[in-house]
Amino acid sequence: MGDLDRLAMYTQMVRIRQYESRIMQEYHADKSPAWDIGAGLIPGEMHLAAGQEPAAVGVCAHLKKGDAITAPHRPHHFALAHGVDMNKMTAEIYGRTGGLCKGKGGHMHLFDPENHFSCSGIIAQGLPVACGQAMAFKRKGTDNVAIAVTGEGAANQGAFHESLNLAAVWNLPVIFVIEDNDWAISVPKDASTAGASNADRAAGYGMPGVRVEDNDVEAMFEAAGAAIDRARAGDGPSLIEIHTLRLFGHFEGDAQAYRPELETVNDRDPIPKYAASLKELGELSDDQIAAIQADADAEVDAAIEFAKSSPEPAPEDALLHVFA
Amino acid sequence: MSTTTETRRITTAKAMAEGIGLEMQRDPNVFVMGEDVGAYGGIFGSTTDLFGEFGADRVIDTPISETGFIGAGIGAAVEGLRPVVELMFVDFYGVCMDQISNHMAKIHYESGGNVKVPMVLMTATGGGYSDAAQHSQCLWGTFAHLPGMKVVVPSNPYDAKGLMISAIQDDNPVMYMFHKGGQGLVWMEKNPRSIGEVPEESYTVPIGKAAIAKEGSDVTIVTLSLSVQHSLDVAEELEGEGISVEVVDLRSLVPLDTETVLESVGKTGRVLVVDEDYKSFGLTGEIAAVIAETDPGLLKKPFSRLAVPDVPIPYARPLEYGILPTRDKIKAAVKDLMA
Repeated sequence: MGDLDRLAMYTQMVRIRQYESRIMQEYHADKSPAWDIGAGLIPGEMHLAAGQEPAAVGVCAHLKKGDAITAPHRPHHFALAHGVDMNKMTAEIYGRTGGLCKGKGGHMHLFDPENHFSCSGIIAQGLPVACGQAMAFKRKGTDNVAIAVTGEGAANQGAFHESLNLAAVWNLPVIFVIEDNDWAISVPKDASTAGASNADRAAGYGMPGVRVEDNDVEAMFEAAGAAIDRARAGDGPSLIEIHTLRLFGHFEGDAQAYRPELETVNDRDPIPKYAASLKELGELSDDQIAAIQADADAEVDAAIEFAKSSPEPAPEDALLHVFA
Repeated sequence: MSTTTETRRITTAKAMAEGIGLEMQRDPNVFVMGEDVGAYGGIFGSTTDLFGEFGADRVIDTPISETGFIGAGIGAAVEGLRPVVELMFVDFYGVCMDQISNHMAKIHYESGGNVKVPMVLMTATGGGYSDAAQHSQCLWGTFAHLPGMKVVVPSNPYDAKGLMISAIQDDNPVMYMFHKGGQGLVWMEKNPRSIGEVPEESYTVPIGKAAIAKEGSDVTIVTLSLSVQHSLDVAEELEGEGISVEVVDLRSLVPLDTETVLESVGKTGRVLVVDEDYKSFGLTGEIAAVIAETDPGLLKKPFSRLAVPDVPIPYARPLEYGILPTRDKIKAAVKDLMA
């Protein structure tokens, strides 16, 4: 397991948060009419991961070149933490030719083969794909791992259970990461899921299962490090469920009227909490906080500028890339 | 060597397996997985003898988890391997269609061409042996309708091997849809055309190029898969009655070789499309549209089609044969066109 670099993890969390916050602003900035999900410079559905930074940052701190991630419909935090180019990713979200997928994919379908990163808008369906990537790594004799990310709602999909079984029976280097943000869109976990913790489900497939409480990035770092080490050593898959926080709506425009704990959301924000604990440890100063924020602001602004200045695709380009 | 090669006759199933085996010898990235593809050799013989030659590491029996292992095939393919995955019956599509349609077929497009999915998904189709509604469908029209995957439908041993090798070498996902009744299985009634001459060496049959299975001048039958065998039987019979039938074997639905179809129809002026898939919203209508869009004047007689009349495949023999495109029905339809 690599060394814990608190400052790097904090910095990455701030960077992701700034990204999600600015995308939210930009998403709504020119929606006209405001209710029209398809209007504006960023059209379509938008699922932001603010509050869930600890999940991505704790895992990705251990990843190296060649490791793969399949993320779900809410993918930005894992993409950024895994090294996906922010400019190209943003241009994709804006539907521009300079985007990762030349405007064909959009925010739920980001593909970066260089970083072995992909996401799928169909929940839990990235898990079998991660198993196949892990299978390829194993066959090629590398010690690379595949990270299969999904929300707690997706843990009730057949694909989830098929993938856990497959990974276990074939001893694949996969780490299943479940982001439990309490809400499957509007349905609370206790109304959808038998058992308190999806980590307990791992036992049914003979693999270690760990539950990380309190959206704790350092606990996530520890759990992910152990699981990734295990997978790299050829000892097979693991499952980690982190109790995290959906700071925004399920999608932009979600009024969240179904959410009784909405008022307490900001109090549970993991970033100020982590900043406070690092300050207490003497590892972070107010000046550093300001500098880290300024860097994040500048990087995200530049990415948005890059996206906006990238040309839109021509309508006839829709006919390209059906076949290789 | 060359003499034995020319005269050797094998089943379609064996030809498929041989194609896979040759590619596995040539390219270490090729491997097979699916239910009962290992020691059993595939329920319909598509992996015959491969387990013995290549072992459990490259011929992999899977759990009964079609979503899981088809998805794993996709993941392996995007990482540069070339999996040949078997979906035992195409009728099982309902438990894995998300992986097939939303992932296997769309990833290349969604990625703006940056990610390739070089994978073969082979699957058994067709009825005629009382396996009823959930194990007898063809469904190739369903897959051909959805963009992003090639669809091949071999009708004989030679094409089965050559199309398999082409499919494995293709950088795109390929649905390889074989007909159980055309495999030459010892435990199912078979047309003699299910066993044929197949060279031992490797060769390819291009995907997207139809074949003129038999030349003729009066009527064109456009068809595919096992219905090619039936149509050839009918064409030979009708020759004795003075009717010259041309049989176009499509061999692939995606890409569809419209040029060969139009050329034949232009020559004969009469067309019958024979399809063991459901009638409405499928291949037969597609061929009609291709002709109508090009030149409705090509036809001397109204367009004719024979397909499963939009009912699930029934169990009892009289019922099933009541709806399948049998030789009798093909023959009657050709005669109607000549009347």
